[in-house]
Amino acid sequence: MTTLLKVNNLVKKFGGLTAVSDVSMQINSDELIALIGPNGAGKTTLFNMLTGVISPSSGTITFDQEGKKISLNHKKAYQIAELGLARTFQNIRLFKDMTVLDNVLVAMTNQYKEGFLQAVLRFPKFYQTEDVIVKKARNLLAIFDLDKDMHKRACNLPYGLQRRLEIVRGLAMSPKILFLDEPAAGMNPEETAALAKLIRKIQKQFHITVVLIEHDMSLVMNLVERIYVLDQGTLLAEGTPKEIKQNKTVIKAYLGEEG
Amino acid sequence: MIILKANLKYNVCWFIVMAAAFYLVNILVMVGIIDSFIENMLVTIWINVILATGLNLIIGFAGQFSLGHAGFMAIGAYAAAIITQQVDTVGGFYLSLVVGVIIAIIAAVIVGIPTLRLKGDYLAIATMGAAEIIRIIINNLKITNGPAGMFNIPQFATWPFVYITMCVTTIVVVNFINSRGGRIIMSVRDDEIAAESMGINTTRWKLAAFVLGAATAAIAGGLHASYLQTIAPNDFGIMESISILIIVVLGGVGSITGSVVAAVVLGVLDTILQDFGTLRMVIYAVALILIMVFKPSGLLGTWEFSIRRLFASLKRRKV
Repeated sequence: MTTLLKVNNLVKKFGGLTAVSDVSMQINSDELIALIGPNGAGKTTLFNMLTGVISPSSGTITFDQEGKKISLNHKKAYQIAELGLARTFQNIRLFKDMTVLDNVLVAMTNQYKEGFLQAVLRFPKFYQTEDVIVKKARNLLAIFDLDKDMHKRACNLPYGLQRRLEIVRGLAMSPKILFLDEPAAGMNPEETAALAKLIRKIQKQFHITVVLIEHDMSLVMNLVERIYVLDQGTLLAEGTPKEIKQNKTVIKAYLGEEG
Repeated sequence: MIILKANLKYNVCWFIVMAAAFYLVNILVMVGIIDSFIENMLVTIWINVILATGLNLIIGFAGQFSLGHAGFMAIGAYAAAIITQQVDTVGGFYLSLVVGVIIAIIAAVIVGIPTLRLKGDYLAIATMGAAEIIRIIINNLKITNGPAGMFNIPQFATWPFVYITMCVTTIVVVNFINSRGGRIIMSVRDDEIAAESMGINTTRWKLAAFVLGAATAAIAGGLHASYLQTIAPNDFGIMESISILIIVVLGGVGSITGSVVAAVVLGVLDTILQDFGTLRMVIYAVALILIMVFKPSGLLGTWEFSIRRLFASLKRRKV
């Protein structure tokens, strides 16, 4: 097990508000981690910093690319994505006027090349490249039972499938780490259980690290290997689900003081 | 190999359609049904098709609301006028188109880098301003003959040349849209933050679409100057940008087929209404309002004509 992502003393201030203060964490290869905490704890802010949507006020984020240490602090979101950090969004952000297939193809953008002339003048090479990439996207969609909706527009999919398509899109980037921002939001218990199964399946099948933000304790506790607990921007605790369940400070943050 | 063959079939079909239309016009010209008046209408329509598909690429597919299309058209027009007056050969005309495209690309990059950070109305106003700057520069230069404009531009853009150029630019735009680049610019249109986190350099791709649109506008400008033989800076003002925008919006933002159909409909309507004098603009406006009321997404919305789908539905009907 190697360390993929190392976060040291990360701070994010929005004006006078410290959304994330002094968070240090470590994400290893091939693991399933959860980031939990009450509303406004700074989970999404932390995610946004890790994926380059916003830049941290201070602290360091280091990504390990086959032994090479790369600082992500001043990298743009698209550069971080190219390194292999994929994500989904809390409020679904699909390319809603594009087809399901095209959504996945966009995520594969950096895995194939098409010259301008090649595409515009339709050289045979163009059709071959397209064929290979479309097949790859279809196979991926088939794993998630989305292949029959392939030519539908993404905005016409039902909510649950939209969430699933976002995960497929993340996977299509063939990432090293996949960040899932509240994947179970708005789902009923059965859907949540199915999602848990799916997350475990993709983590095993694709050998990637999955980091998820979640409110649903039942989902998290039975699924992940390690949990980070965030409260009011600071890291409260870190450990296995069992340890977290017994941790006094965590119980206090979630349930309040004992009477 | 199978994919190549299947695609070859569709491409050949398209080629046949384009060639058939060409010969149809050719025969009608020879028989005399198409006189110089109708020919003028056709060439204007074809130039408008080039302009509208280019603008639709920027607005409908890249999602960047630009009102500066006439500015890039002016660059192409003046490049063609100045160069062909000096080098009065077909080669000179081709050279002038290339020079016009290159200058338009440079101008689009200079205009695009700062303005494409803006969104919606702000971008529209910024690009409108940029086009006005181009027009005012042309208005004040000696080489462009100032506000009086340029006359006696040699006519190299005959109707066959305009027709073929229209086909080529439309093919380029459509093929670009249906490729990796097209998917990328549409993803940027739909959700910039998501596109960025898919590893897409959104600034670069917005600029790419803007530049490609500007290049086609420059070609259209060159054809316009060479066909009409006279141009003046006022031909390329805000009204020209808006009339191109009207074609795009009427046909459907995000439908190249729609842009072509709307260019034809408006071109024909414009010619028919010419006899009505000032009443023409009233009828024109009423027609536009009716369409906006009953079909707000434009004539065709985002629908595209596809020979592949036509074949598929024919096959289904047979079975």
